[in-house]
Amino acid sequence: MYDFTYHRASDVADAVSKVRDTGEGQFLAGGHTLIPTLKLRLAKPSDLVDLQGIANLQGISASDDGVTVKAMTTHATVAESKDVQDTIPALASLASGIGDPHVRARGTIGGSIANNDPAADYPAAVVGLGATVKTDQRDIAGDDFFTGMFETALSDGELITEVSFPKANKAAYYKFKNPASRFAIVGVFVAQTGGGVRVTVTGAAPCVFRVSEMEEALASSFSSDAIKDIKIPEDGLNSDIHAQADYRAHLVNVCARRAVDAC
Amino acid sequence: MPTVSLTVNGKVVSAEVENRTLLVQLLREKLGLTGTHVGCDTSQCGACVVHINGDAVKSCTTLALQVEGTDVTTIEGLATNGELHPMQEAFRDNHALQCGFCTPGMVMAAIDLVNKNPNPDEQTVRRELEGNLCRCTGYHNIVKAIIAGGQAMGG
Repeated sequence: MYDFTYHRASDVADAVSKVRDTGEGQFLAGGHTLIPTLKLRLAKPSDLVDLQGIANLQGISASDDGVTVKAMTTHATVAESKDVQDTIPALASLASGIGDPHVRARGTIGGSIANNDPAADYPAAVVGLGATVKTDQRDIAGDDFFTGMFETALSDGELITEVSFPKANKAAYYKFKNPASRFAIVGVFVAQTGGGVRVTVTGAAPCVFRVSEMEEALASSFSSDAIKDIKIPEDGLNSDIHAQADYRAHLVNVCARRAVDAC
Repeated sequence: MPTVSLTVNGKVVSAEVENRTLLVQLLREKLGLTGTHVGCDTSQCGACVVHINGDAVKSCTTLALQVEGTDVTTIEGLATNGELHPMQEAFRDNHALQCGFCTPGMVMAAIDLVNKNPNPDEQTVRRELEGNLCRCTGYHNIVKAIIAGGQAMGG
């Protein structure tokens, strides 16, 4: 990898000022996407600002309304959290299926959503539960956060501090995963919330998306039969060595039905 | 060059590293601990697994400077006074290796697995071993060894 200058930030303000003061600085969270990216020389940051020492970016709090996960909380911590398991079990289950145990020990929710990999798991839950992403500057609705492949609503130097997930009446995530990387070939998050039913899809397209036709059908009848005939157009879906677009379109329906059945 | 200080296998060590030096390079090239292997170098195979503060992690996907002040254990740190760790002994007893390349990472992952899931059953071992690839054995004896090693570690 190209060389860079490593810094360790003491708090959020320090992290933000260190990135802004550098030419092409980047935040370093768990590093489990960024470091492989650097090894492939796909990025060339001048500086990396490590967030791991910032105590108030760690931890989970729960209330009757939902859970708030601080940005540097690892996938393993979310998966094992009794608070998350009790309040939004689908979120704990999703976190328990990211990567492998070693990846989950280092990878973080903030790093994952800031990167917005098309095959990442968390974006499905952030949109599927109508979460709110809090940064050092503002609150961003989950619906507005993911703007395209590896693109988000974050400005340069803006740092995610936490993600708040409202509790759902029912929710489940079903992933058809790549057996080597455990990334989603297709993953579908289904939630029945106070604001209606949400069906979100990751892995299938360049960016997470909702399937309104399924949401409407499930709002009338929350059963897998209600969506079994809803076809997803293959236009715009990903085609790669793992799966063709028509296969992914088919998998969206299968995964959605399995998620509904798991609710 | 910056200096990193940490505890490796119970000893306090310091080394000069580049900003971009990986933990696995620090261990192998600076500290001479070549038991930790680089397999895929893409965070998938698990040959480079070591413990940082007790958690099994991939040392090829961690910068040396990120582990400042931590407690790192490698395969070389498991045996005590010439006695193999019970998990190492279980790998030997169950012939859980052929070429041995993946074995250090397997053993380090297995110990963390048992610490977090005492007395694991076969299904748990196979699920928790998702991050460690072996291209020789078909995993059968590795799974047997981890179950036996878990029992030997005292459940």
